[in-house]
Amino acid sequence: MAQQEYEKYYVPDQSPWPIVGAVALFLIAFGAGNFVVEQTKGESGSGGWILTAGLVTLIFMLVGWFRHQIHESMAGMYSAQLGRSYRQGMAWFIFSEVMFFAAFFGALFYARVIAVPWLDGAGNNAMTGEILWPSFEAIWPLVQTPGGIETTAMPWTGLPLYNTIILMISSVTCHYAHVALEKNDRKKLKMWLGLTIVLGCIFLFLQVEEYIHAYTEMNLTLQSGIYGNTFFLLTGFHGMHVTLGTIILIVLFFRILKGHFTPENHFAFQAGSWYWHFVDVVWVMLFFFVYIL
Amino acid sequence: MSTAAEELHHDDHHHHAPSGIKRWLYTTNHKDIGTLYLWFAFIMFLVGGAMAMVIRAELFQPGLQIVEPNFFNQMTTVHGLIMVFGAVMPAFTGLANWLVPMMIGAPDMALPRMNNWSFWILPGAFTILLASLFMEGGGPAFGWTFYAPLSTTYSNDTTALFVFSVHIMGISSIMGAINVIVTIFNMRAPGMTWMKMPLFVWTWLITAFLLIAVMPVLAGAVTMVLTDKFFGTSFFDAAGGGDPVMFQHIFWFFGHPEVYIMILPAFGIISAIIPTFSRKKLFGYASMVYATTSIALLSFIVWAHHMFTTGMPVAAELFFMFATMLISVPTGVKVFNWVATMWRGSLSFEVPMLFALAFIVLFTIGGLSGLMLAIVPVDFQYHDTYFVVAHFHYVLVTGAIFSIMAAVYYWLPKWTGKMFDITLAKWHFWCSLISVNVLFFPMHFVGLAGMPRRIPDYALQFADFNQWISIGGFAFGLSQLIFLALLIKACRKQGEPVTDQVWEGAEGLEWELPSPAPYHTFETPPVIK
Ligand code: HEM
Ligand SMILES: [Cu+2]
Repeated sequence: MAQQEYEKYYVPDQSPWPIVGAVALFLIAFGAGNFVVEQTKGESGSGGWILTAGLVTLIFMLVGWFRHQIHESMAGMYSAQLGRSYRQGMAWFIFSEVMFFAAFFGALFYARVIAVPWLDGAGNNAMTGEILWPSFEAIWPLVQTPGGIETTAMPWTGLPLYNTIILMISSVTCHYAHVALEKNDRKKLKMWLGLTIVLGCIFLFLQVEEYIHAYTEMNLTLQSGIYGNTFFLLTGFHGMHVTLGTIILIVLFFRILKGHFTPENHFAFQAGSWYWHFVDVVWVMLFFFVYIL
Repeated sequence: MSTAAEELHHDDHHHHAPSGIKRWLYTTNHKDIGTLYLWFAFIMFLVGGAMAMVIRAELFQPGLQIVEPNFFNQMTTVHGLIMVFGAVMPAFTGLANWLVPMMIGAPDMALPRMNNWSFWILPGAFTILLASLFMEGGGPAFGWTFYAPLSTTYSNDTTALFVFSVHIMGISSIMGAINVIVTIFNMRAPGMTWMKMPLFVWTWLITAFLLIAVMPVLAGAVTMVLTDKFFGTSFFDAAGGGDPVMFQHIFWFFGHPEVYIMILPAFGIISAIIPTFSRKKLFGYASMVYATTSIALLSFIVWAHHMFTTGMPVAAELFFMFATMLISVPTGVKVFNWVATMWRGSLSFEVPMLFALAFIVLFTIGGLSGLMLAIVPVDFQYHDTYFVVAHFHYVLVTGAIFSIMAAVYYWLPKWTGKMFDITLAKWHFWCSLISVNVLFFPMHFVGLAGMPRRIPDYALQFADFNQWISIGGFAFGLSQLIFLALLIKACRKQGEPVTDQVWEGAEGLEWELPSPAPYHTFETPPVIK
């Protein structure tokens, strides 16, 4: 590593944005904490308003912070070292997201492999089954819970399969967009990135369709016992991540229209595409463990 | 680089410490942020301590004396949450902020603005948690471990606030950890190779990895509690095919690495202090690094030692028993190395050294009681008794917290440029040392005799011991006010000026800087020998 690089140690200037973000998170947490209770109790209160205020503040903060950051970056103020810091930071952030999903996958595996069989008397738990729920039968997907809730399993064919194909293609198009950026082929860059965004939107649309189908025709809801719980929490959190990823890609798209990014300097693009690949990989895992198996 | 950029860039190196409230709100300076973290942690330590005083006042005599049982439970719960997430963890993050850049020859943390954000979301999170105590139904009362169904079926509505405040604490820890890890990977001065890094940096690197790996799992756990309680899911409800035991698995998968998050940086601190006051190099530097790494890796496969009595196949009990006992090996390596460092050294007993020595002895007691708890048939008797309370207070109070105090005394002169009030410091040390043992040692005995933890009342035969414990508790609480006085004096820059090296035997980059350390540490990279 050249000495040169280190000589321009760059320490970012003070910034008001983090403190705005802190206020936003406070309002979101406090608002959401009240809102959840008000919603489930059917009471009226200010939780929803506080939550909305927090979300608006958060968006305001994100826009402001990123604008500031982009301005500094375009002015060439950032060193190669800072660029590496950003990349590594993003990589660790994605690792933390992996662990977040791991918690829910862990719940899925535990329920399937351990909890549900035990309820039916597996291992040395014969009496658990006999005494508590003698008529309960352990199957997966758990379409009838010990408590008697009935539901149907979501097949992997149809919408989920289309969605898998769509998302996998979008990973490829996202990659081509990156290649085009590195070759400085702006036309192709816009085309591939635009295509990725369109595929992301189609995915989200079909996901909503699937949810509507599950709720209205299949009696598969968030309250349908452990199968519905894991199904909706895993696909739901994944869907939120796809939404966020799509928004990131849209922002990138507009920045590209404005002529941002060079073949050498495009951290934001790289971070966005990493994120997109990450949500795709999660989906493949999901498709395999939630739908097929 | 364009000229405009050069101007901007140039400007940047000349901004001086801004003053007033904006300095603290907008700061991107690792020292300012470190100070904020440390003061926040200390305030939380006093708040959580006040709750401990309520607990000990109630337990001074058998029978319900002062508070309602439900309020008592809120006190134990919030005391635990505050001490873990509000005191110990932010204090270590504060130390990392102050020290890591100075120790590796960096100008600042790698991501200074995120650094500011990760601090300033903490006060909000704890405001929410503390505010819930005053709301309808009161605050969380299910223990810091929030086992389902206590936290789902049987909890009150403020559980939602608890969940979201834990989310924010988690976001803060993850961002703090990302910052530390990236700083260490990317900001080391040329020549600062991995095996030249001070152990505090090494231990924090590994702590940061643990944090990023397990805080998201905690987020997952609280999220499932939220949906179980409010949205009709049944992750932890057998009627829906879930399992309350699953909660414990998920929680302790986070929880056990979490206890190492609270002790690894302490190992780093002790490994810095002992050589200084022994005037010798640390014995077995490389083995310390490997021991730290193996403790961290093993900490992922021992979680169910907290669940021996909850129900597991025998094979699993045995596996977790042996895996847990395996951790004692690298821990033993560390204690051995500290003692070997002192062997034939020319020891002197300045205040940081006193705390470090107390740490070695008392932390080892905690480690040994942990070993007892790791034995399955024995734990069947000890589980959920005061013996467990004794164990984790030895490792956390005389372990983690004593190490934090040792660190503050060790580096404070470097931060302020002035020596702290040594008389007060010695009073603080001896009062704390004696009272902490009066407080926690008898807990072993009442625990072995069968006194359960987390209850506001107890059988008559435990009365005498509990009185001693409470007296020790009040004395320990009061002793911390000495520390408060000392810190206030230090922050007002009273005291004798110190040299750059401060302590005769101190080695490392931070001791080559002027005292007090300049606002911007290294404008150009230092040369590492
Ligand atoms: C030699 C190392 C250690 C061993 C073998 C060990 C073993 C154990 C075991 C078996 C338990 C469960 C006891 C029960 O609930 O029945 C336990 C509890 C606990 N340990 Fe350790 N431990 C060790 C070190 C530590 C360290 C270094 C810390 C923190 C700095 C720590 C913090 C805790 C805490 C907080 C609990 C109680 C959690 C709760 O139930 O609220 N331990 N330990
Ligand atoms: Cu443990």
